[in-house]
Amino acid sequence: MTRQKRSRHRLKRTVAPYLYLSPSLVIIGLLMLLPMVTVISYSFQNSAVLRRDSSFAGLKHYQAIFADPVFWASLWHTLYFTCISVIFHMTIGMIFALMLNSDRINPTLRNILRVLYILPWLFTAVIIAVIWRLLLEPNGVVNSILMQLGIIGSKIEWFSSPETALHAVTFANIWAGYPLFMVSLLAGLQGIPKDFYEAADIDGAKAYQKLIFITIPQLMPIIISISLLDFIWTMQVFPLIWITTGGGPIYSTEVLSTYTYKLAFSSYNLSQAAASAVVILLISLGLTLFYIRYQKAR
Amino acid sequence: MRKRHTTKDRLITVALHIALVAGLFFAAFPIYWMLSSSFKSNTEIFALPPTILPKAFTLEAYAAILGDPVKLRFFFNSYFVAFAVTVLTVLIALLAAYGFSRFNFRGKGSLNTLIISTQTIPPITLLIPFFGLVVSYRIFDTYTALILTYLVFTLPYAILLMTGYLNTLPRDLDEAVAVDGGTSWTALWRVIVPISLPGIVATSVYTFLLCWNEFLFALTLTKSASMRTVPIGIQLLMGQHAFEWNQMMAMSVLGSLPLLLIYLIAQRFFLAGMTAGSVK
Repeated sequence: MTRQKRSRHRLKRTVAPYLYLSPSLVIIGLLMLLPMVTVISYSFQNSAVLRRDSSFAGLKHYQAIFADPVFWASLWHTLYFTCISVIFHMTIGMIFALMLNSDRINPTLRNILRVLYILPWLFTAVIIAVIWRLLLEPNGVVNSILMQLGIIGSKIEWFSSPETALHAVTFANIWAGYPLFMVSLLAGLQGIPKDFYEAADIDGAKAYQKLIFITIPQLMPIIISISLLDFIWTMQVFPLIWITTGGGPIYSTEVLSTYTYKLAFSSYNLSQAAASAVVILLISLGLTLFYIRYQKAR
Repeated sequence: MRKRHTTKDRLITVALHIALVAGLFFAAFPIYWMLSSSFKSNTEIFALPPTILPKAFTLEAYAAILGDPVKLRFFFNSYFVAFAVTVLTVLIALLAAYGFSRFNFRGKGSLNTLIISTQTIPPITLLIPFFGLVVSYRIFDTYTALILTYLVFTLPYAILLMTGYLNTLPRDLDEAVAVDGGTSWTALWRVIVPISLPGIVATSVYTFLLCWNEFLFALTLTKSASMRTVPIGIQLLMGQHAFEWNQMMAMSVLGSLPLLLIYLIAQRFFLAGMTAGSVK
């Protein structure tokens, strides 16, 4: 190669990656980063989009939200819903993964069960919501089984009484979300070297000791990163709650996303909704920073 | 060692199998109930005691859904939007992934971090400015609005998934093209794309699923019945005739078919896609 040709080649190598990335960066920039700036600016305007009045409103909308008891209730419901969901996703996912990984069951059965245990994952949130509404209808199958077993005395209105609604939607979400943990932990279990367990056998370790001292520490990186992602995603829940309870009865299942949605599209107060959306964004960003730090440290 | 513990060993095995059956009931009963209810009449769904198998097996719910042009339109819309977004996403993500995987350049690390972090941006936060944009560009209630918004959510995952796949391919392959005087563009299409099919399939599957499942944006950015997608259709069905449970279940079964089929046919790609977000 001549010198001229070589330098042209080098120039191409420097410019090329940016060209390949440009369509993605344009889309992410225009449709993700710019809207984030927009939502922040909406939250400081007197009235955004509808009845447009873009004069500066200061912190008015933020003050309105923080003074609203429904906002704080929504925040609490979101935390409850998310924490309980993640804990149970992890526990059930772990138990199922350990059961399926056991060499006590025959391989054909294992493969069949693995497919069936993943089932809840294959259904859209809307469909999951509809299924659980049918199951938990006052005249539905869950009530009738529980009554036949003598566990409850009368029909319970799971989704329409304020005492049970939040637990019921959380339960439905637990059912819907454990397979992500199960699949990831199952893959993790298969990656643990067999000689760790053989060495423990020679030392006479009991099954629970192997679980605590080998299996769980080996799976820890997976457990932590999936829990963080699950936490971030579960916090953003919308369709499941929208379809089962719509945030009711009397705000008892209102979460941050339904609260924000109603501000925007039922009260048409887009500026105040923008303020609430910014608060959600900040919480998510905090968790994301934590997640990225963890991924980098790994 | 095993021999001395045979009874205890057998007991553990039996207990494990009982637990497996209990787990199976937990995981699969709700879905079984959806399926069996879709073949029942509305009165039988709430019969006491509940009938596990449909006593009077009927396809009336499916006939009602498939005979209604409005509902068929929901399915068409869902398929159309999901296919369009999948094609666009895979093309754009492939280029970006190629850039990430085969070049070193300034800002690579921070761009990668940016893409990882966009995965966790709450949809509700973007919904409000999107609504503002869609209204001011007069694309409210159009396919364009849905396709553009879905693209933003599918792209980050698709880029990460494709980059991960391209990183597993040996570099000598495309370096050989460079030695022969070919450009990186030739290398991409002649060498990389043909051997990346598994990665492309996994990315497509995942993108398709994300679009198929989307609810919030379809709910807000469309209005007319002719623009609604399947998830919104199910919600509308619930509002209109709250007691047609068999139709709701039939529509849910039909709405779940693409995911079930993809899972059964391409389990490996499906799992690769679904766990992509967590593997980085």
